[in-house]
Amino acid sequence: MTANLTSTVTPKPDAVPNRGSAPPRPAIPARVRKVVHSALLTVLCLLVLVPFVWMISSSLKHDNQVFTVPTQWIPREFVWSNYVDIWTQIPMLAYLRNSAFLAITISFLQVITGSFAAYGFAKLRFPGRDWLFLAYLATIAVPWQAYMIPQYLIMEKLGLVNTHLSIILLQAFGAFGVFLMRQYYQSIPDELIEAARIDGLSEYRIWWRIMLPLSRPAIASLGLLTFVSTWNDYMGPFIYFTSNELWTVQLGLRSFVGQYDAAYAMIMTGSVISVLPVVLVFLLGQRQFIQGIATSGLKG
Amino acid sequence: MTVTTEPALRTRRPPEPAARTRRRSLRPTLVGWSFILPNFLGFALLTLVPMVFGLALSFMDWSPWGDPEWVGFENFERMLRNSTFWIALWNTTYYAAGHIPLTMAVSLGLALLLNRTLAGLGFFRTAFFLPYVTSLVAVAVVWNMLFNPTSGPVNQFLQFAGVTDPPGWTSSTAWAMPAVIVASVWRDMGYYMVLFLAGLQTIPTELYEAARVDGANAWQRFRNITLPGLRPTTFFVLIMCTVASFKVFDLIVVMTDGGPGRATKVLSQLIYEEGIREGRFGLASAISLVLFLLVAGFTVIQFLLQRRQEDR
Repeated sequence: MTANLTSTVTPKPDAVPNRGSAPPRPAIPARVRKVVHSALLTVLCLLVLVPFVWMISSSLKHDNQVFTVPTQWIPREFVWSNYVDIWTQIPMLAYLRNSAFLAITISFLQVITGSFAAYGFAKLRFPGRDWLFLAYLATIAVPWQAYMIPQYLIMEKLGLVNTHLSIILLQAFGAFGVFLMRQYYQSIPDELIEAARIDGLSEYRIWWRIMLPLSRPAIASLGLLTFVSTWNDYMGPFIYFTSNELWTVQLGLRSFVGQYDAAYAMIMTGSVISVLPVVLVFLLGQRQFIQGIATSGLKG
Repeated sequence: MTVTTEPALRTRRPPEPAARTRRRSLRPTLVGWSFILPNFLGFALLTLVPMVFGLALSFMDWSPWGDPEWVGFENFERMLRNSTFWIALWNTTYYAAGHIPLTMAVSLGLALLLNRTLAGLGFFRTAFFLPYVTSLVAVAVVWNMLFNPTSGPVNQFLQFAGVTDPPGWTSSTAWAMPAVIVASVWRDMGYYMVLFLAGLQTIPTELYEAARVDGANAWQRFRNITLPGLRPTTFFVLIMCTVASFKVFDLIVVMTDGGPGRATKVLSQLIYEEGIREGRFGLASAISLVLFLLVAGFTVIQFLLQRRQEDR
């Protein structure tokens, strides 16, 4: 079976008959394979990007030019005015402001409370710690829909339905943040903390002065992941926000689609505007973002 | 889940001597709890309590109008008599049966294609991941247009490819669910691709080289090295993907709103409609319990299968 190896390096004449009727292996050199591979990836990539191309190109058309046979992937005439009109058609700015407010507040709280609790779980010893962490872990696999009704009743009792605070409370204390930060804190050596303790630093100072600065990559990951998932969340705001002035961009877009279902171009303009902030955030922090997903998944 | 407990045990050892002197006092406990408490208060009030409360609620008659009272299994009986429940249960299973294997196959395929040195690797990875950061509302709206039965690009392509009578997608009861599944696979594949890529990177390259020396072809290398090496990742992806499939809501609500008719109505949507819209909290909680048991049952089965495979 070494014939296969030698034949790719130096095609010995006796190596070929070994493979019986099969054509000689070195027929596909590495370079050709690389080209095929790149071509395949490029085709797949274009295929995956089709919906984005459609979104952008339709957003620059008149409504009656969106559906044509054959599809015009590049608009014949660029209707930039869609991007001006949308701000007056629907209160887009207010929606964006609400989304940004919620996403930033929730990300901030999630990072602070998550990393604070994670320090307790990763670096302190006290009775009940492991049981408590198990409770956190167990809830990650429970779908939210399984307890959203009682949660809603509690929120109603607290008088928080139809306030921004409801969604903030709901999403800022997730188990996911604790889990992700704990994972990272465990990679920080205990000796470092022991040394700080001997120097007389309190646990709170160790967290603030040593752990937080050291865990910058994990904070970035968690912050970005939370920002994107809050920005994109539909069901939470859909259930809790009934008044229009509380609405996020997702709710605004959905209601716009319901009201003007033939305003295809404007709907796509709204979609582009709603997607743009997260795509920018993602592109800027891509490394941390993907790192965060990979670590939370790897050690699950 | 077993892996996470392992570092916890490891960290326990070093601080032991120092901790012993302090063990008598309450201080470490108080300090420890003070760190957990800010997060735990929110977590307990809004996650743990509702979970337990929800279980109780499914045995109660609780509506915005009357006083709550215990009714035993009445909610469950009403649920089982409700034809929409059975349809939603079937649709949820249908969605999961399409979404889970397809997403896993596509994301593993992409990860395998990207797991090598290649020009433009970063660009490809970003492109495949981009759908995942796109909001579900935008995803649903765009795919609805792409699937437009008369002049959407999908059907134009199908007609070009020789399909004379392309499906009506979201306007037909038979094809609405496949349309939703396609859109959901497109959106989710990047996320699981990243998980698979991280898993692939843990497989030592020497194994592949050794196999190549032994004359193993690409399929044999995949079967005997990649798949076994990926087993922990596959297990995790499967669980995450299952939980995500059974709770699907946003995409369906925006894309089809459960229709046409009840063709894409899923359990989550039914829970929302019965509970929050109609105020039948007990009945909705009973359906929630079914959803939870479905997910939990599937997870436990996967867990047992995984363990049996490890023992072999």
